[in-house]
Amino acid sequence: MSNMIVLPLIVPVITAILLVFLRENVFLQRIISLLTLSFVVLISVILLLEIQKQGVMRIDFSGWAPPFGILFVADSFAMLLVLVANIVAAICLLYAIFSIGKSFEKMYFYPFVLLMVAGVNGSFLTGDIFNLFVCFEVMLLASYALISLGGDKVQLREALKYVLINIVASWIFLVALAFLYGTVGTLNMAHISVRVMEAGANPLITTVALIFLIVFSLKAGLLLFFWLPGSYSVPPTAIAALFAALLTKVGIYALVRTFTLLFPTNTEVTHMVLGIMAGVTIIAGCMGALAGRDVRTIASYNVLIGVGFIVAGLAIGTESALQGVTYYLMHDMVAKAMLFLAVGMMMYVTGETVIDKMSGLIRNYPLFGWLFFIVMCSLAGIPPLSGFLGKVLIGQGAIEGGNFVLLGLGFLSSLIVLYSLLRIFLSSFFGETIISLEDEKPLPKRMVLPLTLLAACTIGLGIGAEWLAPYVTDAAKTLYTPSIYIDAVLDGTTWKGEVNK
Amino acid sequence: MESLILVLVGVLVAVATYLILSKQLLRVILGTAVLSHAAHLLILTMGGLKKGDVPLLEESEGPYTDALPQALILTAIVISFAVTAFVLVLGYRAYKTNDSANFDELRGTPDE
Repeated sequence: MSNMIVLPLIVPVITAILLVFLRENVFLQRIISLLTLSFVVLISVILLLEIQKQGVMRIDFSGWAPPFGILFVADSFAMLLVLVANIVAAICLLYAIFSIGKSFEKMYFYPFVLLMVAGVNGSFLTGDIFNLFVCFEVMLLASYALISLGGDKVQLREALKYVLINIVASWIFLVALAFLYGTVGTLNMAHISVRVMEAGANPLITTVALIFLIVFSLKAGLLLFFWLPGSYSVPPTAIAALFAALLTKVGIYALVRTFTLLFPTNTEVTHMVLGIMAGVTIIAGCMGALAGRDVRTIASYNVLIGVGFIVAGLAIGTESALQGVTYYLMHDMVAKAMLFLAVGMMMYVTGETVIDKMSGLIRNYPLFGWLFFIVMCSLAGIPPLSGFLGKVLIGQGAIEGGNFVLLGLGFLSSLIVLYSLLRIFLSSFFGETIISLEDEKPLPKRMVLPLTLLAACTIGLGIGAEWLAPYVTDAAKTLYTPSIYIDAVLDGTTWKGEVNK
Repeated sequence: MESLILVLVGVLVAVATYLILSKQLLRVILGTAVLSHAAHLLILTMGGLKKGDVPLLEESEGPYTDALPQALILTAIVISFAVTAFVLVLGYRAYKTNDSANFDELRGTPDE
């Protein structure tokens, strides 16, 4: 049973390699890549149910017992994220199939997407921090290829910046790993946690923790986000949506793991820094979203507000805040994919990117208009859509933890999100229509279908929250009490002896 | 020996920083390559340098050498090789399409 944990990584890799040989057969590529992602979704549902029965699961590769070998660990948090990430990836792929064009499909678009998803799944599941680095690189290399696919002037320029920033970030990751290995002498995440607890609030370990914070903030777009709006607005819609939905979330996942499991000792320093960074990110994101006139810029800055809000939940760090983080991460993947797809479709039907140049779209495309309305409500956190519960739980956590600044910033940011999207809605969807019936570009039903599916997901996540609650509670419990995770990875008795020694 | 290597790491990082901060595309790419070498050396040093021990647990009397840093470096080298190859090609394409390899001209204009 536990062998299944490796499937979310290995199956996309194998099919990606297979698809390279099917370059000319676009139809087969489409079918196989969709089937692969659906298969991973199925596997993650099965694993999620299994985790509820037997607790955190793990697989030791080649039978190397932890802490010596590489291992994959599946807890509810990782599995929920794998599940939602693959659903969203499948829906974005569906949109790509209908929109991206033969030239992309023949330039190995599907293999790259599958490799990226493999890297994302691997990052969620791995229990070894060097393996996390490797999975990050798998994901990033595929994303480098995806962002430069097409080869426009602007695109190549922004791709170059994106790649260079990430190379430097990966270098900092390696340096942090070197220091960590030099300090605690292990790479297994559970074992690191044990050794760190043993050492107590050691200044060297806190420094290493802060270096990790820099790395993952660069990847997540937390405070160090200067690269994000540029690079997320150049690739084609489907790719931008995938990036917005998955890449920053992997960075946030790594932050959550690092600061709940790996470095739980010196929280007054690390969580304070996290809190400040989250607050500044929220404010900067709001300013960007308010100042933007380009729909893509507004959407990119909304990604940042989401990142800031989730990390604020992490900085608060109570159990209900962590539940909120889990809910909100899932919601954010769905909602950001939806926002980017909607924005891409606006650009497709009008050929414009500036909001003032579009008007009255809802008259020409009523269904699309209302779908945009749903995204807007969902991102602003209006019940019964999926953003609501995450916001409530993070807010509840903030009140419990007495962290009123972050509480205020978080909820004010919801208003700004609502305002920035309402601005798009009022100026582009309402008003006099500028597109006459003759000029109206047909918006095929199959292109609206992915957006409808995502809308169904966001409504489902909101209404089905009760049904999801046991899994989320379990995820937050494992995050809040690292000993559950450590017990599952290391033999319970030995590590407790080590700490008491 | 360890401190000597660490000084070397420092020199490499300084060189790489200088190269990365320059405006020529090719120099920046070379800078990232040098940077990765610095990281590899750092990992090697963190694991302890050669003392003549074997990395075979229970096969000799001990003490043992830690073989893990070598494995980590091997992985990191492969990755940085792939990334450098990719970024060189990307840089060349960007240079061809934008007719410039100078980052001042690759900035882009605010109205885009």
